[in-house]
Amino acid sequence: MIRLTYDPFDPGALLSEFCRGRSEVGAVATFTGIARAEEGSTTTLELEAYPGFTEAEIGKIAGGAQVRFGLEEVLILHRVGKIPPGEPVVFVATAARHRRAAFEGCDFLMDYLKSKAPFWKKEHGPDGARWVEPRPEDHADLARWDKEIST
Amino acid sequence: MARVLLFGRLSDLAGWREREIDSPFLSALRSRLAAEDIDLGAALEGPGVQVALDQVIVRGDAPLSARTEVAFLPPMSGG
Repeated sequence: MIRLTYDPFDPGALLSEFCRGRSEVGAVATFTGIARAEEGSTTTLELEAYPGFTEAEIGKIAGGAQVRFGLEEVLILHRVGKIPPGEPVVFVATAARHRRAAFEGCDFLMDYLKSKAPFWKKEHGPDGARWVEPRPEDHADLARWDKEIST
Repeated sequence: MARVLLFGRLSDLAGWREREIDSPFLSALRSRLAAEDIDLGAALEGPGVQVALDQVIVRGDAPLSARTEVAFLPPMSGG
């Protein structure tokens, strides 16, 4: 399931709900991304999405990841709007029969979200606001998965 | 009238987020926006800026209908 939300969320409650009633799955991995204060230089993180398009694009990648890693289920919850430091921005959960698939699927989905998912991120701070674009490391992180296909 | 949407730094640069603009082709729309605002015109051609027509990424030129939603998407970053 792919969902965008303007409201704060509780990663623990999401994990409990995601695990509930799974007697055959065996493995659940999660990642929670938290807004950073950057030592006071960021007072608010602002995330913009393109409603409809953003969910559809993430859905395509999540569907591909389910097939590639053999995931039983994927949950991606992403905040939009203004987020204070310390609050969760993104929660990704993957369920699979074994741990490796769950870990790798979660890792892959986060690499995708950082540099390819339709979000635009702005950091507001005492010195004004700036748009954040993917760093070279983010592109390199995503490229790891292409290499794995070719080897 | 095509519905034109700007995201991220493009809307800050232009000072608007959404406008109705009558244009038969994407190329003509780009020229018109550039003629009105040279900085925006350059930014729309900048590296990593993609265009979606009715929420589908396109490359090159394309005809626009009266109801086409044209979205200019600068480099994306989530998480």
